[in-house]
Amino acid sequence: MPYLELEKLHKEFGDFTAIHEIDVALEAGEFLSLLGPSGCGKTTALRIVAGFERPTSGRVVVEGKDLTSVPPNHRDMGMVFQAYSLFPNMNAEDNVEFGLRVRSRSSAERRKRVEELLELVGLTAAAKRYPHQLSGGMQQRVALARALAIEPRVLLLDEPLSALDAKVRVQLREEIRRLQTQLGITTLYVTHDQEEALSVSDRVAVLSHGRIEQIGSPAEIYNAPGTPFVAEFIGTMNRLEATVAESGQIDVNGTVVPVTDARDLPRGERVLVLVRPEILELQRADGAASSALVGEVVAHIFLGAITRVKVDAGEHELSADLPGSRAAGLPVGTRVAASFPADGGRVLALSEPQASAGEAPAGP
Amino acid sequence: MTRSGWFWIAVGVIYFFVPLAATAEFSLKDGDSYSFAAYREIFDDPAFRDTFFLSLKLAVATIVVALLLFIPTVYWVHLRLPQFRPLVQFLCALPFVVPPIVLIVGLLYVYNYQWVPAKYLGSPYYLVPGYVVLGFPFMFFALDNAFRAIDVHTLTEASQSLGAGWIRTLWRVILPNVLTGALAGAFLTFALVMGEFTMASLALFNTFPTYINYIGQTKANPAAALTIISFGITWLALLGILLVGRRPGRAAVQVGGAR
Repeated sequence: MPYLELEKLHKEFGDFTAIHEIDVALEAGEFLSLLGPSGCGKTTALRIVAGFERPTSGRVVVEGKDLTSVPPNHRDMGMVFQAYSLFPNMNAEDNVEFGLRVRSRSSAERRKRVEELLELVGLTAAAKRYPHQLSGGMQQRVALARALAIEPRVLLLDEPLSALDAKVRVQLREEIRRLQTQLGITTLYVTHDQEEALSVSDRVAVLSHGRIEQIGSPAEIYNAPGTPFVAEFIGTMNRLEATVAESGQIDVNGTVVPVTDARDLPRGERVLVLVRPEILELQRADGAASSALVGEVVAHIFLGAITRVKVDAGEHELSADLPGSRAAGLPVGTRVAASFPADGGRVLALSEPQASAGEAPAGP
Repeated sequence: MTRSGWFWIAVGVIYFFVPLAATAEFSLKDGDSYSFAAYREIFDDPAFRDTFFLSLKLAVATIVVALLLFIPTVYWVHLRLPQFRPLVQFLCALPFVVPPIVLIVGLLYVYNYQWVPAKYLGSPYYLVPGYVVLGFPFMFFALDNAFRAIDVHTLTEASQSLGAGWIRTLWRVILPNVLTGALAGAFLTFALVMGEFTMASLALFNTFPTYINYIGQTKANPAAALTIISFGITWLALLGILLVGRRPGRAAVQVGGAR
């Protein structure tokens, strides 16, 4: 039985439907991210779990108990907010202690627990400091310690890193994951940053317009995006509009390319072929195989370890990520042939953007 | 500061201090020499003590009622009804434009209704509701500023997620962070009640301001002394606002400042 379940959760604000009957289930100790652009409903879903919003319909169930109508202060859910959530009138220690005071724990127990948690987040030395004397990253650590102090049933994180510097963000997300694994706490994490979601989660649910587009492990989401939206949202993708030529072959503007994923598709069907830039191979055009897309290098984008080479191939603009030395051999203006292994392309039906709506369960 | 800046400050200081200094000088005059005789006369007058302590009690009662009324109201408006904030703001600014004389006539009219207990009508606490209304703008804007300086939503939700109910959230989390605003509102209300004449006079109660008026019409030097005393009270209230605004060590307690 799942530990935390969102069952057919549905939320309308007036005419606007924020969430369309989503179903998500977390195993005990699982770290699941709700990922999507702003306005996709991820924060609303989290706030419903926390109890700050009532769903229009649907249920929130923890360990088989329906919590949908339980007020937030009786849910035992630890929450970390985006920013400014520490009580400004209390120092770090008192902030962490707050939930324990509410629970009327003895002062000895409180002191011990506060000490433990501040040590866990590495802030023992800052115990007496007030929030305005702490950096953004430290504030979020205190907020995390405060949420964990009450030994919550579920840890909820609402874009806890979005207000921090890039470096602190990476550091802290690894730390959140480390603590989560160490404590084995079931965690629901909301973010719009795909890199963040992929790097820390056991599973990721990608949301768009209040619907779940895909739910799966980070590798599944990245390597096998289930919808054009997911493909577009996660990382960079080359999108090739094509027609199925015959089983396992697609026709991109007259060039026939083998793609394993296109097996069993009817001949003549319009499809979208998705290829990661790191999969795409570039060679000088002379002597290339006929199953390659030919174009001209138009730009080099330096990305550190790799260089992204942009290729203008007629109707398509392609991106290929190459090691810097390889890219240097293909300067701007070079005629190149782009190819990819047959199993490196992902084929999706070419459909209207809303088509994914059809996959959601029919509403009442 | 430019030279013209200093000039205008000097003009302001002269405008402000010359009448004050003249009054102070006059209050100390005793025939051809100076003494505290006028002050002694005031402090020895039982009517001074009676009216002063009555006004003090009324001020405290007004502050208590206004805080009990406004802290939850402003909190709720910020948390749940932000769309009504302009309306509340407008209503709270009304006493600025409605003269107290209109207010007290209205209030006396209201008190004519049968449901007002007769016992209450003879008590000077009768004036408190009127003072609370007169103090609306001071209390509201002081608190409104303080609430705008904190993230009411996040703090409330953080407190709730940690298990706290409404009362604890208001008392332990919200109130300490708007305390400066509450105290500023309290001091302003205090100064208001200690100086409000029209309502008390029309309702036929002898409060400190009506006493000042009476002395002003009957005795010259003590009247000046009383003016200085009443001025001192107002100044102490203002000093109080300044002091609570800069208590060290505590975060986010500034009057209306951004964090």
